[in-house]
Parts: sequence; C-alpha cells; structure tokens
Amino acid sequence: MSYYFSIIGTRDNPLFEHEFGTSKSGGDGVSRFREEARHMNQFIVHSSLDVVEELQWTNSGLYLKNIDRFQNNHIHCFLTGGNIKFLLLMNPDPTSTTYSAYPPTTPPRQHPSITSRQNTLLANNPSSAQTEEAVRQFMNEVYENWIKAIMNPFYIVNQPVTSPMFRARVAAAARKYL
Amino acid sequence: MPSTTQPPLADPVPIPPPKPFVSRLRHPSSRKTIYDRNLSRTQTTPTSLPAFAYLFNTLITHHHSQSGSVSEIETRLNRAGYPIGIKLLDLLLYRQQTATQRPAQRPTRILELLQFVHTTLWRALFNRTADALEQSTSKKNEYMIVDNEPVVNTYISIPREMSQLNCAAFIAGVIEGLCDAAGFAMEGVTAHWAHEQGVKAEEGAVVNEEMWPGKTIFLLRFGEGSVQRDDAIKAGGGG
Repeated sequence: MSYYFSIIGTRDNPLFEHEFGTSKSGGDGVSRFREEARHMNQFIVHSSLDVVEELQWTNSGLYLKNIDRFQNNHIHCFLTGGNIKFLLLMNPDPTSTTYSAYPPTTPPRQHPSITSRQNTLLANNPSSAQTEEAVRQFMNEVYENWIKAIMNPFYIVNQPVTSPMFRARVAAAARKYL
Repeated sequence: MPSTTQPPLADPVPIPPPKPFVSRLRHPSSRKTIYDRNLSRTQTTPTSLPAFAYLFNTLITHHHSQSGSVSEIETRLNRAGYPIGIKLLDLLLYRQQTATQRPAQRPTRILELLQFVHTTLWRALFNRTADALEQSTSKKNEYMIVDNEPVVNTYISIPREMSQLNCAAFIAGVIEGLCDAAGFAMEGVTAHWAHEQGVKAEEGAVVNEEMWPGKTIFLLRFGEGSVQRDDAIKAGGGG
C-alpha cells in the first residue's frame, strides 16, 4: 500500500512531493512503488487535474474525495481556498500494477506475508467510507500546516515549498492517519 | 598497432562530488517553529493601530519617493497589498472551519465572494462589516463596496495637490489578491473618494455628505471570464 502525495500550484506546477507507504498494521512506512512508477505517478496525478477543474465550480466544499481512478490507482483531491490542489494517489497493490497497455504474461508473485498483511489494510477498500474519512483527516492536517507555511511573509505563492519542517509534519500526519 | 580500447576521456575540470543537503534552518532554543503556533491566536488579540499607522506611513513615503504621479503611487500600494489578500483567503476559510466545526465553503459564485469580502474580510481586518455593497447599474461586471471611514486612512493627510490619492488603495490590493486567489479573474480593484476632497460643500448640501468626509468606494471590476462562468453556473442550475 503506497501513497504519492503532491501539492500542485495554480499554474499546474508541483510545489511539493512526498512518497510514503502505510504505517498501519505493521507496515514500515516505505513506499513500494515500482521503478516506472516514479514518473508515471506524476503523469497520473497531473492528468486528474482536468477532473479537479471541472468539479471545482460545482462543489463548494474543500475536500473533493475520490475523483479519479487509473489502473488500480485512486486519486483523492483537496482544494484549498487559494486554488492550490493537494492530490493523494493511493495504490493498494503497487507491485502488480503495470503501466503499459499490455497485460503481463506472468503475474508477479507476491510474498505470502505481504498478502495477508494487506488484507487488513485500509487500502484494500479504497472507496470505503473509512478510507475517505482517514484521507480527509490527513488532508485537514496538511491544510493546517500548509496555511502556516504560506503565512510566511517571505513566501511568494506558487513557489516550491522547501521547508524540512513542513515535510516532517506531512510525514507525521501520514503516519498518524494513513 | 593502435589499441582498440580507448582510455576514458579525462575531465578537463573535475566536478566535486555533490555535498549532502545541510539544512540552514535555524531553530529557536525552545525548539518551537512556526508550525507550532496556533492560527487562531491572533484572531483575538488586537493589533495596535499606531504601530500599523507608523508602518503604513513609511510605506507610503517610500513609494512616494520612488514614483511621481498619483496613479503610480496607487498602483504600488495595490501591488503591496496583493500577496496579503492571497494568504488571507486561506486563513479566513480555515478560521471559519475551526470556529463553526463545519467544513468551510469556498466562494464559487460572485455574490458569495462579495458577501465574503463584505463581512468576513472586513470583520477580520477592521472588526466591523463594510457599510454597503452595491452593483453598478451601467456595467454588469462592476461592484462597489463602500466604507465610510477606512481605518488605514486615519492618520494620513493628503496635500491639496495630490487630493486624488486614496491610500485605501492598499486595501484594494488586499481585496484584489483575495478575489484572484479564489479563482475570479479581476480587471482591477480601485479605491475612490466618494466626495471630492478639498472642496467645501456649498450651502444647502445634504448633511450626510459632511458626516463621512473620508467615505471611500472600492470599485471591483470582474473580468469577462468570471462573469461568463458565473452565468454558466446559474444557467446550469448551480444556484
């Protein structure tokens, strides 16, 4: 169960990225994405920006829930007041996700301990209410830290966020809720 | 016999190995950073007006020394207030959310946005609501917010030759930043005096005019795209 969290500015420019894995049920908090996922994740997340832009004018809340799905990846979105998008990509089974159009000839084998552990994890039901609730709480906490970060008078909007404290806070929120 | 394998090319300038990232972030000795401060704390503590007036005064003097004409000073004050507006939008939405325990609503329609500016923004900045909100009859994309006595103009006196300058252009910049951040493209927000400055009202004039000599009108001009989108939402039954 792996996550890729990205904050995207008003000009579709990424301001912050963070990859992590789940820490619940004995997970070690390390993401298990494959090699190609490094750049594919960014593609998938940015392609769901179109969906966000459609939704943002009809839905006046901040949390837009699960907006898109691509080959086993689910994307949740939170929109701040200033049109900055927090996108969370979650993949319950990253080792078996192939990004090419052709199905794999032999499915990659999974270690049995991973399989049994994953059954209890949050992400096995990515569209359940429990997942939405956990993601919502995570997003709210990141939102609070985000406001504190942008209130810095030297921070110009749409600049990348490089503060190590912000990264540590996001990671802590991830460990707590996801 | 020439050797078939070539020796590797030597770098003309050896590149030093990349240094590991060393954070130059300084921590106060109590290990508390900005992330530990409560966002709602400054909501209740009042800011001192003289301190703000002093700072604002210096700001105006600085811009005045660097530019010549009245409109240029107003533009500079507008640009100075702009980033504040962007950050205020998120802060006010967050405080609304914390106070009422209901998730905050982003303003998606023009009217919602104007109500937000008229009440929430003015209350947060000046502890009162703005005095009036009007739509212009001549142009569809112009709206006016009226403030009888802008707090920022309290200690500012304008000389006669610059009587057109209204230093509430700073607040106009804050409003423009907030509307832009909410996604409504603006042509501009400007601050105008409601009455002509430096001209004595003639006999028999309405008493109302003299009661608020500093009455300021903020003219908000929305861009074409925002108005069209608003109409489309209304037509689509968005409400």
